[in-house]
Amino acid sequence: MTSPKRTPQELLSSWVVARSSAAAADWFLGQIERLKSSPTEKDIYLALGYTTRKLGKSDLELKAEERAAAAAARPYWDPSDWSVDQAARIVFVLAGQTRDSKAFKTRLETLFNTADVWELIAFYRGLPLYPNAVEHVARAREGTRSAMQPIFEAVAHRNPFPMEQFDENAWNHMVLKALFIGSKLAPILGLDERANPHLMRMLCDYAHERWAAQRPVSPELWRCVGPHADAAALEDLGRVLATGAKLERQAAALALASARNPEAERRLRGVPDLDEAVRAGTIRWIDIARG
Amino acid sequence: MFLDSHTHMVSRTTDDYERMASAGVVACIEPAFWLGQPRTNVGSYIDYLSLICGFERFRAGQFGLRHYCTVGLNPKEANNEELAEAVLEILPRYALKEGVVAIGELGYDEQTALEDKYFRAQLELAKELALPVMIHTPHRDKRQGTLRSMAVALEHKLDPSFVVIDHNNEETVREVLERGFWAAFSIYPFTKMGNERMVEIVRAYGAERIFCDSACDWGVSDPLAVPKTAELMRRGGISEDAIEKVTYLNPLAAYGKSGQIKEDDWLNPAPIDQRTLYMGNSVLRGGQTPKVGAAARADSAALGDLKIV
Repeated sequence: MTSPKRTPQELLSSWVVARSSAAAADWFLGQIERLKSSPTEKDIYLALGYTTRKLGKSDLELKAEERAAAAAARPYWDPSDWSVDQAARIVFVLAGQTRDSKAFKTRLETLFNTADVWELIAFYRGLPLYPNAVEHVARAREGTRSAMQPIFEAVAHRNPFPMEQFDENAWNHMVLKALFIGSKLAPILGLDERANPHLMRMLCDYAHERWAAQRPVSPELWRCVGPHADAAALEDLGRVLATGAKLERQAAALALASARNPEAERRLRGVPDLDEAVRAGTIRWIDIARG
Repeated sequence: MFLDSHTHMVSRTTDDYERMASAGVVACIEPAFWLGQPRTNVGSYIDYLSLICGFERFRAGQFGLRHYCTVGLNPKEANNEELAEAVLEILPRYALKEGVVAIGELGYDEQTALEDKYFRAQLELAKELALPVMIHTPHRDKRQGTLRSMAVALEHKLDPSFVVIDHNNEETVREVLERGFWAAFSIYPFTKMGNERMVEIVRAYGAERIFCDSACDWGVSDPLAVPKTAELMRRGGISEDAIEKVTYLNPLAAYGKSGQIKEDDWLNPAPIDQRTLYMGNSVLRGGQTPKVGAAARADSAALGDLKIV
């Protein structure tokens, strides 16, 4: 049974055990013990290497109470799309924690530097669980620079680390890159809270670049424009309202509603059907993200 | 469906991936080798091994090809002792990565003492981890080098069914088969095998434990060598069963002993693979759609000139 008092490591371990055969669970628990004592480098690499061989890589498919336990153990932690091997690998990484945070960091960096695609996804998803978060900001930013979309998303999506640790420039570039590579914005935690005028300007410039090239603009872009929209941005939103496709117009209406200024309200009132839908709550960013 | 079990895709373009996929190549194996010039330090090795376990694997997936690799210190660079020692130290970090199907390419280049030392050390690593071995047979003094590679593998008590002897030719094939090893042939113009010769090998020796690959790399080579050779075998009257073994089933059986490559990987991939390795579009820039799904059998007209000499 899970209880809110358990640590993330304990939760991850219990989920892995519950989803493994007796033999696989024995192997897994044995490795944790080994890694908690004084493991050699080879012990660590073999444990991580054998993880998918021993435990498979099926989805965890967490139940509602397990997801609730996760958020109780670590605020905003959302492992709902983790797989068994990812959970196990993060348990192994955390099992090596000592009071010496520098040693942990050094070892983690080595693991990152020699990881395969699967391990990279796991290690980046583990970011919100590592001790001394501030020491891992550079690594997280490295992940958002990746040319591999699943690596980028391991940092950006359903991960509270960027929201909590990224400075404004890092945050803004992560959001812009998500759009640039065709990734979704909706799974980024803290999207509305961390909206800022500089990001609004970067996104409007990007929209203009796309329009000039006659390329489509993701309707999700306007979500981070609305709260800080200046006069030029309101013009852009007006253009989307007037000429955009259905989802784009809905997005522009939601953005105008979030702007909370008289000019935005005036523009929104100019489209009564959308104005009414926004007030009724029938247009939502999550649906716009789904497309 | 074809499996090209020897490709250096880091040196190939996206056009090559597209042509391979449309010719029916569903998976490729990238053996660790040198870069055309020697590495000067272990960091260069670490980044290379990470690349073939990482970005290259991802890149191939964008074109509907599954990508696997082998890891190892190649015989040329075994002659730099300082580098070789450092690489042997870091190899255990990579040997069990996902999609690593063998330790290789190992073997001899000039058959020096250092080459022999590190060949043996890596055979022991493969044995410890129950991984297959890919052996690169030398360009020069090939027959003696091949015989020596097999003798050393047997001396270290490796099971020959776990060992692929690659880059064979007419002069080496009989002894490789007699000893129970897998005999691979690289269809590579000018220096290795031509594919008309390959057809005759299959006619003479049958299809048991024989397979062909392209060894495509930074040199003049052909990433369509396997589908072209299949078509040439077909026209030469080789049976469909034999063609399937030589171009697909045999390399799958040999490297499948690692447990890291199986038909399901491309016919029925795990949902999490579909979400990650097949879904990204950072290589297919600007909203191009990834080409997913098993390619149809190659249209022989689209293969161009079939002969590789």
